Amino acid sequence: MAANPMTQFEVYRIGPEIKVGAFDISFTNASLFMVISSLAILVIFNLGSKKNSLLPNKIQLLAELSYTFVSKMISDTAGSKAKPYFSFIFSLFMFVLFCNMFGMIPYTFTVTSHIIVTFVLAAFIFIGVTIIGFIKHGIGYLKLFVPSGVPIVLLPLIVVIEIISYLSRPISLSVRLFANMMAGHTMMKVFGGFVISLGVVGGWLPLSFSVALTGLEILVAFLQAYVFAILTCIYLNDALNLHH
Amino acid sequence: MVKKIFFQLIFFNLFFLKEVFAAESGGMPQLNPEFWISQIFWLTLTFGILYIVLSKLILPKISANLELRKSQIQENIEAAEKQRESSEAKLKEYDDIISKSKLEANNIFKEAREAVLKEINVKKETLDKQIDEEIKKVEQEINLLRKGASEKINKIAIETTSELLVKLIGTEVNNSSISAIVDDLSKRNGDKYYGN
Repeated sequence: MAANPMTQFEVYRIGPEIKVGAFDISFTNASLFMVISSLAILVIFNLGSKKNSLLPNKIQLLAELSYTFVSKMISDTAGSKAKPYFSFIFSLFMFVLFCNMFGMIPYTFTVTSHIIVTFVLAAFIFIGVTIIGFIKHGIGYLKLFVPSGVPIVLLPLIVVIEIISYLSRPISLSVRLFANMMAGHTMMKVFGGFVISLGVVGGWLPLSFSVALTGLEILVAFLQAYVFAILTCIYLNDALNLHH
Repeated sequence: MVKKIFFQLIFFNLFFLKEVFAAESGGMPQLNPEFWISQIFWLTLTFGILYIVLSKLILPKISANLELRKSQIQENIEAAEKQRESSEAKLKEYDDIISKSKLEANNIFKEAREAVLKEINVKKETLDKQIDEEIKKVEQEINLLRKGASEKINKIAIETTSELLVKLIGTEVNNSSISAIVDDLSKRNGDKYYGN
């Protein structure tokens, strides 16, 4: 197991094979951790919203702090117009955060270390934001690709660059999260393998590295969820308030 | 950019070229499309349920809780402000009452003092009058007594002189002659005796 640090990302079927038509939708370890993360979020926030005391208890405080944190993040980046999308961005942030954090527990599976998962999320955001942009501004949304104050000579080039950068948004968004998670977990696995292979004599250095990396990875897990959510807010901001 | 196109290609090829990629991506399990559909399905399902439950049930509750707390705190602050104002008003009232009663007490004290002083003055005056009258009466009496005294002394002197003459010489002397001598003496030495 220690030989290949990539085995931790392997998806395997739990239970029977489920097929709908030509598609295999079997319940896998990835599905299991999606369910666990969602359930954990629901349980925590349900507990945190059950009672309303003037002096909140710990779990209520946690729920309310998360609420105000995300709400402030949205209003800071996308303004007050983004309020209807609060629930979605909150769910997104919490889902990515919990998936990342559950991945930090040994012997678990990191859902967000799979490009397909992050790409589906990013593609959904990209398509949704584009639709919102066209609904809000009609064909005028295309002005997003024409920045103001650019010399006419440069305009064709700028427009092409803008369109490419716009279209690459879902890819950059998904690859950022996926690559961060995968790289971090692979590195931890590699250092863990060094500890085993160097044994009692030389294993202390990679062990201390591993400990430090765990701290770093927890930070990265939070940071990447935050970045994912805040970039969604920024894209939403472009769609809602056409600034260009 | 090449990397991005690479991933895009992977994604769009998934539906057509399953077997090709399954063979090629031995190193990275992420690029094995065997369970991609399953992952997409379960992601949609779990995230969908998470989103629906959060947005319909939990987040409105949290938001309501926060609003309620905010308004409650605001109310409490307002109530506190009101109470502070009323207490300030009461304090003012109290101060007013105190200063008023102080003034009143001062007035009462002054009035009482004046009344007492007046009474004392009146009593003093009447007493003074009484004393003056008594003194006058006594003086009159003394004057009367003084006036009567010389005659009486003269009489006593005449009688004692006649008695003495009788005892010493054995002859009776006419009282009128003695009285003439006494009168004469008293006129000469009256000043010495009575100090007028």
